[in-house]
Amino acid sequence: MFDLTGKCALITGASGGIGGSIAKALHGAGATVGLSGTRVEPLEALAAELGERAHVLPCNLSDKDALEALPKQAAEAMGAVDILVNNAGITRDQLFMRMSDDEWQSVIDVNLTATMRLCRGVMRPMMKARWGRIINISSVVGAIGNPGQANYAASKAGVVGMTKSIAYEVASRGITSNAVAPGFIATAMTEKLTEEQKTAINVKIPAARMGLPEEIAAAVLYLASPEAGYVTGTVLHVNGGMAMV
Amino acid sequence: MSDIADRVKKIVVEHLGVEEDKVTENASFIDDLGADSLDTVELVMAFEEEFGIEIPDDAAETIQTFGDAVKFITQAS
Repeated sequence: MFDLTGKCALITGASGGIGGSIAKALHGAGATVGLSGTRVEPLEALAAELGERAHVLPCNLSDKDALEALPKQAAEAMGAVDILVNNAGITRDQLFMRMSDDEWQSVIDVNLTATMRLCRGVMRPMMKARWGRIINISSVVGAIGNPGQANYAASKAGVVGMTKSIAYEVASRGITSNAVAPGFIATAMTEKLTEEQKTAINVKIPAARMGLPEEIAAAVLYLASPEAGYVTGTVLHVNGGMAMV
Repeated sequence: MSDIADRVKKIVVEHLGVEEDKVTENASFIDDLGADSLDTVELVMAFEEEFGIEIPDDAAETIQTFGDAVKFITQAS
């Protein structure tokens, strides 16, 4: 099950904990992977670990021109982009009443606008191929909100609305568009939290622990697979039961 | 009929699955030939490929009928 042999996947934010796990999972299922991110070193380390069928495609997602060029570079390097995983994301937490325009805009730009541009960039070849998988990484916070994260929550909720709209438009062409909404996952991003904060979070999670990057990667692998061809416009929540939406 | 019109007609017939005699000068892709908005985008993509031209979005919007398409492509190529 879940054989991606011959498929090519572009993954953004592949230098991070969740992105790296997604890349490994898709690669492990036989896909050729394009690893994108801003930091070249971890991307190259990951590519070296994966061996064959791994390409490093550095890109700064706040650079519009670089972003527009990325789908083409990925298609040249791999031969196609059959699967797009928009995983890259940033946070700039701030109390809402203190939030600056810059804190708001920078998060919207990377998490929502860059995701839109990449989806748009891969659409034409996917339409022609009559096959495609778009998987956008949202967040539980996009569904239930989080104090200090008005910008992040708005961007992640925006991703969901966009993902569903795309799903409507291209479903008849064999392209699915879905989101995965992780809860609290143990990565560098959540390591910034204090022990006290972590304990407070775990209390709210029925599973009583943070999730693992591999548990997000497994959800992405499913949505990328041929078996998930009838699943589109959905949000797969992977959050240990902390929000049953 | 010109070579261009023949090639355009072939694409329309294949893509929309319509009878060749339905594809007349004034036949509207959407109103007469059953295309949806996504079909029209795909037709433009197919025209671009067949004729090696680029059809910008604002021009693509003016291509509503078979005749529009032939006229635009004749001028562009």
